[in-house]
Amino acid sequence: MTWLLAIFQTLLFVALAPLLAGWLKWCKCHLQNRQAPSLLQPYRELLKLTRKQPVVAEHASWIFTRAPYIIFSATVLAASIVPLIAVDLPTAAIADVIVLVGFFAFARFFLALAGLDIGTAFGGMGSSREMTISSLAEPAMLMAIFTLTMTASTTNLSFAIVHVLNEGLVLRPSFVFALFALMLVAIAETGRIPVDNPDTHLELTMIHEAMILEYSGRHLALIEWASQVKLMLYGVLIANIFFPWGIAQGFSIQALAYGLLAIIVKLALLAILLSISETLLAKMRLFRVQEYLSFAYLLGLLGMLSHIILEASR
Amino acid sequence: MNIEQQDFYTQAILSMAALIGLASFLMLGQGRLLRLIFVFALQGLLLTLTAALSAYSLDNHHLYISAGLTLVLKVMFIPWMLRRQVLAMHMNRDVEALENKTLVMLGGASLMVFSYYVLHPIVQSSSTIMVNALAVSLSVVLLGMLLMISHRQAVAHVVGFMSIENGLFFAAIVATNGMPMVVELGIAFDVLVAAVLFGIFFFHIRTSIDSLDVDRLNRLNEIDQ
Amino acid sequence: MMTMILAYNAVLLSFASGLLALLSNQRAMLMALSQRYLTSDFHYPRCRKFLDRILEENRHASLHRRAVFVLLGLSGVFAVLAGLAVMMGQDSLTDQIGLGLPWLPWHVRFDGLSGFFYLIIGIGVIAVSLYGPAYVAFYQESQNPFAVLGLFTGLFVGGMLLVLLADDAFFFMIAWELMSVASYFLVAFQHEHSANRRAAFIYLLMAQVGALAIILSFGVLASFSDGFTFDALRQATLSPTWASIAFVLALLGFGMKAGIVPVHVWLPEAHPAAPSHISALMSGVMLKVAVYGLIRFCFDLLGELQWQWGVVLLVLGTVSAVGGILYAMMQPNLKRLLAYSSIENIGIIFMVLGLSMIFMANGHPQLAALGFLAALFHAFNHSLFKNLLFLGAGILQHQTHDLNIDTMGGLIQRMPQTSFLFLVGCMSISSLPLFNGFVSEWLAFQTALQVDVLDNGVLRSLIPVSAAALALTAALAAACFVKVFGMIFLGLPRSRNSEKAQEVKDKSMLYGPALLAGLCFFFGIFPNLIINLLNGVAKQLLGQSLPNDTALSWLWLAPVSANKVSYSPPMVLVGVLIAGGISFWYLRRNLETKTMRRAAAWDCGFGGLTPRMQYSCSAFTMPFRRIFARVWLIDERVDKEMQGAMDMEVKAVHYHLQVQDHSWPRLYQPITHGVNQLAKQVGRIQTGNIRVYLGYSFVTLILMLWVIS
Repeated sequence: MTWLLAIFQTLLFVALAPLLAGWLKWCKCHLQNRQAPSLLQPYRELLKLTRKQPVVAEHASWIFTRAPYIIFSATVLAASIVPLIAVDLPTAAIADVIVLVGFFAFARFFLALAGLDIGTAFGGMGSSREMTISSLAEPAMLMAIFTLTMTASTTNLSFAIVHVLNEGLVLRPSFVFALFALMLVAIAETGRIPVDNPDTHLELTMIHEAMILEYSGRHLALIEWASQVKLMLYGVLIANIFFPWGIAQGFSIQALAYGLLAIIVKLALLAILLSISETLLAKMRLFRVQEYLSFAYLLGLLGMLSHIILEASR
Repeated sequence: MNIEQQDFYTQAILSMAALIGLASFLMLGQGRLLRLIFVFALQGLLLTLTAALSAYSLDNHHLYISAGLTLVLKVMFIPWMLRRQVLAMHMNRDVEALENKTLVMLGGASLMVFSYYVLHPIVQSSSTIMVNALAVSLSVVLLGMLLMISHRQAVAHVVGFMSIENGLFFAAIVATNGMPMVVELGIAFDVLVAAVLFGIFFFHIRTSIDSLDVDRLNRLNEIDQ
Repeated sequence: MMTMILAYNAVLLSFASGLLALLSNQRAMLMALSQRYLTSDFHYPRCRKFLDRILEENRHASLHRRAVFVLLGLSGVFAVLAGLAVMMGQDSLTDQIGLGLPWLPWHVRFDGLSGFFYLIIGIGVIAVSLYGPAYVAFYQESQNPFAVLGLFTGLFVGGMLLVLLADDAFFFMIAWELMSVASYFLVAFQHEHSANRRAAFIYLLMAQVGALAIILSFGVLASFSDGFTFDALRQATLSPTWASIAFVLALLGFGMKAGIVPVHVWLPEAHPAAPSHISALMSGVMLKVAVYGLIRFCFDLLGELQWQWGVVLLVLGTVSAVGGILYAMMQPNLKRLLAYSSIENIGIIFMVLGLSMIFMANGHPQLAALGFLAALFHAFNHSLFKNLLFLGAGILQHQTHDLNIDTMGGLIQRMPQTSFLFLVGCMSISSLPLFNGFVSEWLAFQTALQVDVLDNGVLRSLIPVSAAALALTAALAAACFVKVFGMIFLGLPRSRNSEKAQEVKDKSMLYGPALLAGLCFFFGIFPNLIINLLNGVAKQLLGQSLPNDTALSWLWLAPVSANKVSYSPPMVLVGVLIAGGISFWYLRRNLETKTMRRAAAWDCGFGGLTPRMQYSCSAFTMPFRRIFARVWLIDERVDKEMQGAMDMEVKAVHYHLQVQDHSWPRLYQPITHGVNQLAKQVGRIQTGNIRVYLGYSFVTLILMLWVIS
C-alpha cells in the first residue's frame, strides 16, 4: 500500500512539474506586462515534441541518443525520494539527501558528455560552463545541507522533515542562512536568472541551452521535462524542509489531500518569488557567478557556525 | 542546552546575532563604497532592532533610548554623512579590488571560530544561552579590524572602526542587558565626534595627497627610497 | 595454516614469474638442455613434441611471455584467495621464516588488515596479467628487453606482498626496499628518453628519503621497547611528544610513498614514464601499500592515538584532494592527469583516516570504525578504477601513439569496447551513484556528518569545512573526467592518428579492464559484501565494528543506524531501470518516428564544422583556470604574427599555455639549492693535496684515541 502511494507520489511529482513551469512563465509574463500563455502550454509543447521525429547530428554517438533517457530516469528517481505530500514513504529510505546530490551529478555528467558529443563549439562551451558552475555549487549546497542535518542528525529527508515538524516553530538562525544558501544554489543549479537564462539562445549567455542545442523531438522533450522536474525538486526541497507544515504524516485520504494542497500553495508562492526576482535582476557575467556561489557557500558556512556557536552550546 | 528549549525572545536575539555577523561578513567582501555604507547602515538597523527587542522583553526602558540613539546615529546620520562625502569626492564609482577576497573571507570565518574558541570557557561557566552571542560580538569586533586591514580606502577604515563599536554595543546588550545610561550616552557622543573628526581628516588627506587611498600615505615616510 | 600456504604461494609465484622472465632470451640454452636431458631416456613422444613446439623459433617468445604472466596471474589469484580466507577466518596467523639476521628471524603475521590489502593487490595483479601479454608484445626486444620488465615486475609484486606479511621492522624494511627498488627499475624501463631517467631518479630519491623517515620512526618506537618485532613495538609506552615525533616521521615516510601534497612530485613524473600496466600497479596498488603502512603504524603499533594527528591527516588530506584534482584538470597528458588524480584519491583516504583518528581519540570508537571502513573501502575502489583507467590509457597509447588528450577525439566510433570500459572508470572515479566510488564517498560524508558528537567546537567547525572540500573535490573530479572522456572519445578526431585509430586486435587486452569495470559496477550495487569483510578488519584492529542494529543486509546500507541514514543501491538500480525502460518504450512505440534522422550539426550557417572548432582541453578548463588562478603557476601567452601593409594583418596566432606545480619553486628548489650549497662547503675539505688527507686521518686517529680513553 505504502509502495503504491510512493509510486503515485512520484508520478504526481513528474506530472506536476510542467504545470509549475507553466505557472512560473505565467507569473513572469504578467509581471513584465506581456500576454501569458495558457498554464497548460508546457504540456502541449512536450506532447508535440514527443510526436516529432528526432534529428540527430551526424557524428553523434550512442551517448548522445541515450543521454536523455539516463538524465530523465535519474531525475525521476531523485523525485521519488523527496517527500512531496507525505513523509515516511518507503522510497525515502532508498536514498538520502547526499545520494540526491549524486543523482543530479549523474544526470549532469551525461548532459555534459552529450554536449561534447556532437563536436561543435556550442556543446563544449555549455558543458564547460555547466561543470564549472556545478562544481562550485556543490560545496555550497552541501554546506547548507550540513547545517540542516546537524540539527536533525539525519540525512534522510523524510526523517529530517519529521524532526522539523515535531520541533514546532523555532527561530533558528542557522536555518535562515541555510534557506538562503539553498535558494541561491537552487537558482544556479536550475539555470535561472541571474546565473543562466532559460529563455535565451544567444551563445554568449547560455549554459544549459548550449548543451542541448542539437536535441530535438522526443530527446528534447525528455530533457526539458527533466529540467522542469529538477526545478520543482529544488522548490519542494526548500518548501518542505524549511516550511514543512501541512505535509501528511499519516496516510489517510484527508491528510494526503491536505498535503497536496499545502505543497501546491507553497510551490505557487515560491514560483511567484522566483518570477519577481527574475524580473528584477539581470543575468550576470559568467565570472561573477563564482562570487555569487562563494557567497552562497559563505552563507552555508555561517549557518553551520551559528549552529555550533549559538544553538548547540556545550 | 539547545535552542529549541529557549523562549522566543532568546531565539530572536540569537538570530539577530547571526544576522549582525553576516552583515560584518558582507562589509568585508564589499568592494564598492556606497554599498559598504549601505550594509553598515543595515547592521545599525539590526542593532537597533536588537536593542528594541531587548528593551521590550526585559522591560528595560533605557534600552529604548539607546535603540533610538543607534537609529539616529548609525542608521541615519553617519551613513548619510559618509555617503555625502563619497559622492562629493566622486568615489562612488571606484571599485576596490580586494587582493585576495576568498582568503580574506575564509580568514573571517576562522576568526569567528577563533572567537568562539577563546570565549568558550566563559560561555561554559555561564548559565544563559545568550552568552553564546558574545562570540559573535567578539568576531564582529575582529572582523571590523580585518576590514580596516584589508581595505585601502579611508572611508572603509571609518566603517570598519564604526562596526567595531557595533560589536561592543551588541556585546553590552546580550551580556549585561545594556550598559548604564551614562556610559551609553558617552559612547554615542564619542562616535559622533569620531565621525566628525574623520570627516575633517578626509578633507585634509584628500587635499594633500589627492586620494583617500591610505597606501598613498606611504609616500610621506621620511626615508628615501 | 592453509591460508598461510596460500599467502606464501602468492609471494613465491610472483618471484617465480620474475625468474621465468629471466629465461626470455635463452631459447638456445633451453634447446640444449632439452636435447641433453630428455633425449636419452625419455619415453613420452607426445611430451617431446610439446616441448619442441614450445621452443619453436617464432612462437617461443609469445608463449614465454604468456607463461610469465600466467604465473603472475596465479600469484594474484592466490593473493585474493589468501586475503579472503584470512578475512573470513577473522584471526591472525603468525609464523617465522629462518632467513635474515641470525638472532632475528623474519616474523610473519597475516591478519585481516593484511588480508584486505592482499585482496587489493591480488585483483590488481590479476587484471594486469590478463592485460600484460598483449601489451608488452609491442616493445622492441632489442631496446626494451622483456626479461628486465618481467623480472622486476615479479620482484615488485613479491615485495609488496611481503610488506603486508612483515611482522618485524627489519623484515618490513627489507620488503619495502625490494618494492621500491624494483619499481625504480620499472620506471626506468624505457630509459632511452632522458625525461624517463630523470623521473626514475626523482622517484628513487624520494623513495629512499621516505624509507629513511620510516626507519627513523621505527627507531623511535624501538628505543622505547625491547626488540624490533611488531609485538614488542606494540608494547612500547611512549610519552606523547615522542609518539608525535614517531607519527610525524611515519607520516613523512609513508606519505611520500603515497603521494600526499607537498611530497607528491614523484608521482606525476614516474607514472607517465612507466609502462601502462606498471603505472596501473604503482598507482592502483603500491600507493595502497603505503596507506597500509601508515594504518599499521598508527592504528596498530602506536596504540594510543591523539586527535591532533587526526587533524594533521585531515588537513593534509583535504589539501591533497583539492590540489590533486585541480592539478589533474590542467594536464593534457592522460597519464599525468591520472597520476594527479591518484594524489586526489589518496588525499580523500587520508582525510577519512584523519576523521577516524579524531573520533577514536575522542572516545567514539564506533564512528572511528565507520571512518576506517570508509577509508579502506575507498582505497579498494581506487585500486579498481585507477587500474582500469591506467590500463585504458595504455590501450589508447598504443592505438593512437600518443597520450596527449588534445590530439584525440571521436574514438567512441572506432573503439566502442574500450570507450565503454573507460566510461565505467570515469563514472566510478567521478563518484556517481550506482558505481563503487560513490559508496565510499558517501560513507566518508556520513562519517563527517557525525561530527556533532564531538565536544571541541573548533573540530566541529573544521570537519564540515573539509567535508565541503570533499564535495568540491567530487564535483571537480566529475568535471575533470567529463573533460577526459569527452575530449578523448567524443566529438570529432583532432589528429590523423586518432582518425585512423582502431579497436585493439588482441581482445585479451580488454579482459583485464573488463574485469575491473565489472567489479566497479558490482561493488557499486552490492557494497555490503566488502563492507562486511571490512567490518571484521575494523573489529580486529580497532576492537569495534559498526553497530549491530545497522541491518547490514545485502539490500540496504545503513552505517549509523537504520532509522537515520540508509542507501540501497540495488533498489536505485531497479528504479532507474524502470523509469528509463518506461520512457524508452513509451517514446519509441510510434514506428514512424522511431528511427532518427541524421543531419549535419548546426554550424551557425558558416558551413563546414572542423575539428578545430571544438572545445579543446585547455578551453574546457579555462573557467576553472580563471577561478582558481592562484593554485597554479600559469604561463599563458598569445603571440600574433603580423604581416601585410603596416603589419596590420594577422597571419597566425599562437597560443601558449604552461601550467606548473607550486611545489617545485616553493619547496624543492630551495632544498636543492641548500643541498648544493652544503655540498660546496663540504667540497672545501677535498683539497686534493695528499698531505692534507694524511692529516685528516691523523686527526681522526687522535680523536678516536681521545674518545676511547
